[in-house]
Amino acid sequence: MTTTTAAQAAYVVASLLFILSLAGLSQHRTSRSGVVWGIAGMVIALAATIGLASRSITATGLVLIAVATAVGAGIGLWRARVVEMTGMPELIAVMHSFVGLAAALVGWNGYLDVDAELTGSLLRIHHAEVFLGVFIGAVTFTGSVVAYLKLSARIKSRPLMLPGRHALNLGALAAFAVLTVAFVARPHMGLLIAVTVLALALGAHLVASIGGGDMPVVVSMLNSYSGWAAAASGFLLANNLLIVTGALVGSSGAYLSYIMCKAMNRSFLSVIAGGFGGQPVTSGDDRDHGEHQEISAEDTAELLREASSVIITPGYGMAVAQAQYPVAELARGLRDRGIEVRFGIHPVAGRLPGHMNVLLAEANVPYDIVLDMDEINDDFAATSVVLVIGANDTVNPAATDDPASPIAGMPVLHVWEAAHVVVFKRSMAVGYAGVQNPLFFRENSRMLFGDAKQRVESILSSLDATDAPAVAMVGTAN
Amino acid sequence: MAAPEPEPEVQRQRIGIPAESTPGETRVAATPATVGRLAELGYHVIVEPGAGEASRFSDAAYEEAGASLGDPWSAPVVLKVNGPSGEEIGRLRDGATLIALIGPALHPELVEELARRPITVLAMDAVPRISRAQSLDVLSSMANIAGYRAVVEAAHAFGRFFTGQVTAAGKVPPARVLVAGAGVAGLAAIGAARSLGAVVRATDPRPEVAEQVRSLGGEFLEVRPEQPGQPASTEREVSTDGYAKATSDDYNRAAARLYAEQAADVDIIITTALVPGRPAPKLITAEDVARMKPGSVIVDMAAAQGGNVEGTVAGKAVVTGNDVTIIGYTDLPGRLPAQASQLYGTNLVNLMKLLTPGKDGRLVLDFDDVVQRSMTVVRAGEKTWPPPPVQVSAAATPAGAPEPATPPGPPAGPTRSARSDYALVGAGALALFLVTAFSPHELIGHFLVFVLSIVVGFYVIGKVHHALHTPLMSVTNAISGIVVVGALLQIGHANTAVTVLSFAAILLASINIFGGFAVTRRMLGMFSKG
Repeated sequence: MTTTTAAQAAYVVASLLFILSLAGLSQHRTSRSGVVWGIAGMVIALAATIGLASRSITATGLVLIAVATAVGAGIGLWRARVVEMTGMPELIAVMHSFVGLAAALVGWNGYLDVDAELTGSLLRIHHAEVFLGVFIGAVTFTGSVVAYLKLSARIKSRPLMLPGRHALNLGALAAFAVLTVAFVARPHMGLLIAVTVLALALGAHLVASIGGGDMPVVVSMLNSYSGWAAAASGFLLANNLLIVTGALVGSSGAYLSYIMCKAMNRSFLSVIAGGFGGQPVTSGDDRDHGEHQEISAEDTAELLREASSVIITPGYGMAVAQAQYPVAELARGLRDRGIEVRFGIHPVAGRLPGHMNVLLAEANVPYDIVLDMDEINDDFAATSVVLVIGANDTVNPAATDDPASPIAGMPVLHVWEAAHVVVFKRSMAVGYAGVQNPLFFRENSRMLFGDAKQRVESILSSLDATDAPAVAMVGTAN
Repeated sequence: MAAPEPEPEVQRQRIGIPAESTPGETRVAATPATVGRLAELGYHVIVEPGAGEASRFSDAAYEEAGASLGDPWSAPVVLKVNGPSGEEIGRLRDGATLIALIGPALHPELVEELARRPITVLAMDAVPRISRAQSLDVLSSMANIAGYRAVVEAAHAFGRFFTGQVTAAGKVPPARVLVAGAGVAGLAAIGAARSLGAVVRATDPRPEVAEQVRSLGGEFLEVRPEQPGQPASTEREVSTDGYAKATSDDYNRAAARLYAEQAADVDIIITTALVPGRPAPKLITAEDVARMKPGSVIVDMAAAQGGNVEGTVAGKAVVTGNDVTIIGYTDLPGRLPAQASQLYGTNLVNLMKLLTPGKDGRLVLDFDDVVQRSMTVVRAGEKTWPPPPVQVSAAATPAGAPEPATPPGPPAGPTRSARSDYALVGAGALALFLVTAFSPHELIGHFLVFVLSIVVGFYVIGKVHHALHTPLMSVTNAISGIVVVGALLQIGHANTAVTVLSFAAILLASINIFGGFAVTRRMLGMFSKG
């Protein structure tokens, strides 16, 4: 056993541990052990790599490694501890950008420090790999930075609509191909700078032209890109561990994007091409939907007290209003009264895949009453009251009823089948897709306007207030 | 679009609520609660004195709600429960609008008579069964009441508990109830009987209602026609208009066997089978009745249309030779008059909302609206019945419905999609082969690892629970920090620029590794089972 074979063996073990880690993360029961496998894999991989590097490294190098790791660990652990669960999408996006940037830097290093043994076709391949690594890494970096800025509302989440944006994207890809050929033929730092700038611009433009509501897809897509960037570094360094890990992350991100697209009934290409939801879609908007009916928080409390089963369908609005704690408290209060309460989560609710689940978990909602769209959709018909909190397009009946609707065919939560629907909303504004929601005008729908958090809190207080005299009359609801 | 020229007067239009003249009718077309809601639409309501008496609504209560007492027939809009008598038709003023249960299919002569006057008539029992019109659907709201009352009548005539109990005085088995037909009335009966504690079974020719039966706690008995070589599913009845259809002979034979079996076993039978425009189908024969235990009860909710049970007498409860009570009351909703009036009145309010788009007390009839078109049997003295057919939106969904144009479905035949799959995989394999074959052999090993890892990744992630997507992403964030390996191997060599870049890369990747794992652990710690 030499140092090299030991390191290679450690890499094999680490790869398997990473696979176990992802597999564990697919179920609640095994998820915590999944993280342990991931950490174990990482420790083994890092130990093996440092062991390998220490043979030729200078003392300064070792010190630098220690300093960089310590600083990085400090920042990472601090952010992980203080991040709000509503801010998870931003954190994930920013971490994608780190992977992208690191991969781009590794690619640059690959150019600056060429192994002298490489000659002929191997050298050409090395140069192509440098180019690919820098390109993917840089696209991931700026794409994630723009996604982060959009998610944290530092820039407008509206899609940027440059004229000929498809031509720009395709042109950038073509230019990348030309530059690669040129670089492989005659490596030159100018070309590498050119491709870096090109990739940075492409990444920024790609994500800038995608609207805020498509963010779950964008974030999982960037997750995928960060994986491919790591895999590209693996090819560059002929390192199987990097290739395996990068491919795992890349394919898992791609699969998540696919799930998200399916949940919106849109093709991956149309999401990537962007531009959706920019201008209000006029189709069907001129139709007379009738009048919406309002309800007060007190009447909602009344409705809930009379209910036998309640389903809460949260959306991004719940995250924006930070309403998950009062919502969870409401769920607990109703369950204590013997009312069945469940949560129905649409796959693209929120700005991150699974975002709502994390928020509800943070507020101590047990995960076994938080159900997927497919698990709960058949139960709405037998439900007394549905509370729609900050969701709009994901509960739009036009998706099933109106073939002319821009969101026709998108799977949605069938909230309107319940006896009563109370929609928490700030105003009558349309949702992200720019489509009017006929749900608001249904006979069994009532609108509860205002900040979701305050509204839920006032429902809570009127529930508690009227608890003592149990002789409440059934209100006529309007 | 207004058929009878709306009154030019600016003051609020009046709505008349007459007392029902049909003998035995206990319902009324408006309650004090719905009077208030009509007033919100801009109408002034005139109630005939004593109209609500049988439903326990006093004249004073109407006045308190804002109505005035007077002659309802002078109003331009008259809301009634039952179709008008000849004398009442004469009392309507010219240009008036009458809304009531007309039964245009069963009483064509009444429609003819109404069309002789220059009036407009809307039939509340002609509401199309589409989801938008559910709030007007008086047949549903009355059927709901009737189903509930049928159980109450059965319980009244049944000499035992519905619920099973173990008491100091001995064990009581629960009553067994069979509900034939799981429409609105049937489902209401299932729910009511279940909540009294009975064991409830139900049959229906439409297999899609099985789930609704189960959701109410009933057991669904499927009728399986015996036809060798033909699957039972071809026999299933798919409804296109929201109502059950007449059934085939094979089906009927199988159903008859089922009813014969069940009759010997159950204590209560409630039948609700109606076919629009035809006499009610006979489901329970005299032999079936004879097979039932003494003391058993049958409630035949189709008695008015001839009955589902042999021996039913419409409007009466009869006791057979073997002590089985057959209840054929035709006024089940009217036996809960306050409830029936309230629901019927609300149906009317919802209709008036539709007819009063401006909420200004002006009735506007829109013939482009399929709901209003379907309900209108006479417009300004002109007969408009029957309306053009309406396809029920919900009926398009059940599989097997003959729907020629379905573009958003899966690609045509299985053979074609399989063929394109083969082509796709073939092309992919060829491309992979070419790329690999032209690479230097050092790269081939990496390629294999890369491709296999992608496949493993897809399979591992394919089963992930939706709720865990965010933790999954943060853990992949941490794992993709493995790119640090590259930087670790590059740092500390001669070139300063390389060292600086590596340092930055190590720092960034470390943030990912530590931050990613830590935040994942934090999130997973929050997920707890209740």
